[in-house]
Amino acid sequence: MIRLPYYPGCAVQTTARNYSISGVAIAEKLGIELVELPKWNCCGVFPFLANDDIMRHLAPIRNLIHVQEMNEKGIVQNENRVVTFCSMCYHTLKEANLFLKDPEKKEKTDIFFEREKEFVGGVKEGYKGGVEALDFLEVLKDIVGYDKIAEEVKKPLKGLKVAPYYGCLVLRPREIGIDDPENPTILENILEALGAEVIDNPNRIQCCGSYHTVDRRDIVAELTYDNLIYPVRSGAEVIVTCCPLCTFNLDFRQKDAGKLHRDLQEIPVMYYTQLMAIALGLDKQFYGVDLGLHYVDPKPLLEAKNLY
Amino acid sequence: MSQEKKEETKKVQIYIMGREYQVPAGLTIMKAMEYAGYRFVRSCGCRGGFCGACATVYRVKGDYKLRMALACQETVEDGMYISQIPFTPAEKPIYDLEKLGPSANVFLQYYPEIAKCVSCNTCTKACPQDLEVMDYVQAALRGDFEEVASLSFDCISCGLCAVRCPTELVPYNIALLARRLYGKYVMPKAKHVEERIKEIESGKFNEELQKLMEASVDDLKEVYETREIEPE
Amino acid sequence: MNLAEKVRSISGEDVLSCYQCGLCSGSCPVRFAMDLSPTQVVRLVQVGNIEKIFESNTFWICSTCFSCYARCPRKINITKIMEALRQIRLRRDQDKIALSDIPKEELKILPPIALVSNFRKTTA
Ligand code: SF4
Ligand code: SF4
Ligand code: FES
Repeated sequence: MIRLPYYPGCAVQTTARNYSISGVAIAEKLGIELVELPKWNCCGVFPFLANDDIMRHLAPIRNLIHVQEMNEKGIVQNENRVVTFCSMCYHTLKEANLFLKDPEKKEKTDIFFEREKEFVGGVKEGYKGGVEALDFLEVLKDIVGYDKIAEEVKKPLKGLKVAPYYGCLVLRPREIGIDDPENPTILENILEALGAEVIDNPNRIQCCGSYHTVDRRDIVAELTYDNLIYPVRSGAEVIVTCCPLCTFNLDFRQKDAGKLHRDLQEIPVMYYTQLMAIALGLDKQFYGVDLGLHYVDPKPLLEAKNLY
Repeated sequence: MSQEKKEETKKVQIYIMGREYQVPAGLTIMKAMEYAGYRFVRSCGCRGGFCGACATVYRVKGDYKLRMALACQETVEDGMYISQIPFTPAEKPIYDLEKLGPSANVFLQYYPEIAKCVSCNTCTKACPQDLEVMDYVQAALRGDFEEVASLSFDCISCGLCAVRCPTELVPYNIALLARRLYGKYVMPKAKHVEERIKEIESGKFNEELQKLMEASVDDLKEVYETREIEPE
Repeated sequence: MNLAEKVRSISGEDVLSCYQCGLCSGSCPVRFAMDLSPTQVVRLVQVGNIEKIFESNTFWICSTCFSCYARCPRKINITKIMEALRQIRLRRDQDKIALSDIPKEELKILPPIALVSNFRKTTA
């Protein structure tokens, strides 16, 4: 068992519990114990892109400090990596290190944490640097390996037509992305290892509309249509995602998209971890399809394919 | 004048809303203000650090930091500039606890602004109860109301966190919702309270109450003074 | 500091190297909802006409997808420029959206990350 610090983030604790329930279980199956940070806060979701306001950069750094503290307390030994499922958390935690590469910004945040120390509830020590954020997809690719995944498959997803969708934040910008930003293959490789039939989606790296889902659903509806129509036309039966916000938009906003464009048929959207839980032969409770978190219910499809 | 005598009652110099006063050292801010001639009609309640009415901000000469305190708890220091915050304008939506249910998004439904928290920790620094306010706001964001309830247990709704939060949240009302949810959906029902309520409803204490209501003020005083006090 | 300098200093991006190839606008997934294209915005920052940008909706419509930055041959982080523009407006305490307009039923189902990211982009 490899023990890795694990940062859940708000989404996988609430609207995307199906992601973490399946993810933590398959990690364990593959020999990786995810040890939740004893204390954590919202990562900020997006890195703050202004240079001059340190306050809005603190959130992800605090979490990196908590990883540091886990080592000091001996919860993990010499483990300066932190794993996340959510693409947005991954992106933001990863960017924090890039931000701190600038000595001037590093100094400012150090001073902030130094002054905070005298209060309860603050961090005990500033950030020493070097905590590396890992997306769980990277764990699968680099630590576990596709071959090992293929070996562990109990119930191959034979005949299941799956279209991967990456979204933005695990790919762009290049210095943060986990794969080729124009032509990623991680999800495809995993799906093939599971025995699924991968359907090409030309829009798999396009934006889902992101936070506009709060106040500009019209924009998200257009993008949802755009992101789903090609795979649907090519016969995809399920869309596979890695980000809770993409998933929400692709799944729940199908309602809006269908109103705008009548030719869009409903298609279920699932996290790759859910399909892995099925293929690796885990207990049904780890599929996360029974939690009322899907808009388009994937169960009928899974049943039809003898996967449920 | 008094300083020229003995240094028995050492005095400190404080500024209440900009005006200078000499007050005896060792007094609480509240007592010092009363010593200086103020009479509280607001900003004072229990005098014991429980009600949260006496939120106060101050700075000490020569120190840039803006400090927060409860006037009934903090002792005066030489060179304090003091001002009270008698009331915190705060958003307080109406909800029905019976219908709410402990769902994950319950906080975001009634206080969507918690999503604005940037984890700056300013609230924690402000809290005179030494609570980890940022941590409970963050727990609320992910719907963990049990954690919010436990972290905010000692909150007295003084409002200082809300005054300081740069993203304009009202942490203490969010915490109140959490503790209400906790009380309703998690905490075991107190058996003895239920029994006592039954006793009250069945009229067990009516006679005694009636007696008290008819008693004269002097008799009441007598009863009060000779009352049984539970050992600590 | 004038507005154009402010945009440059908040974003840390040097817009002068832009040669107006248009790749950013071609890559932008939400261009259809913008009134000025990202390329036009960069041009207006170059010439210092920020007021004109503020009349547009472009920087609010930007969804922070980093497509423009990923493809810009001059490596200008246009996404950061959009953030700087939003910040200049928000720092005047002018919220773009009213939280009270979001329907309760939506708040029930929206992922917290949707709200956090939205509010960080649209509220002061
Ligand atoms: S949490 Fe806020 S309202 Fe409660 S005691 Fe602390 S500062 Fe006062
Ligand atoms: S002061 Fe406000 S923004 Fe800062 S940590 Fe507290 S609740 Fe969050
Ligand atoms: S008067 Fe009640 S807390 Fe100070």
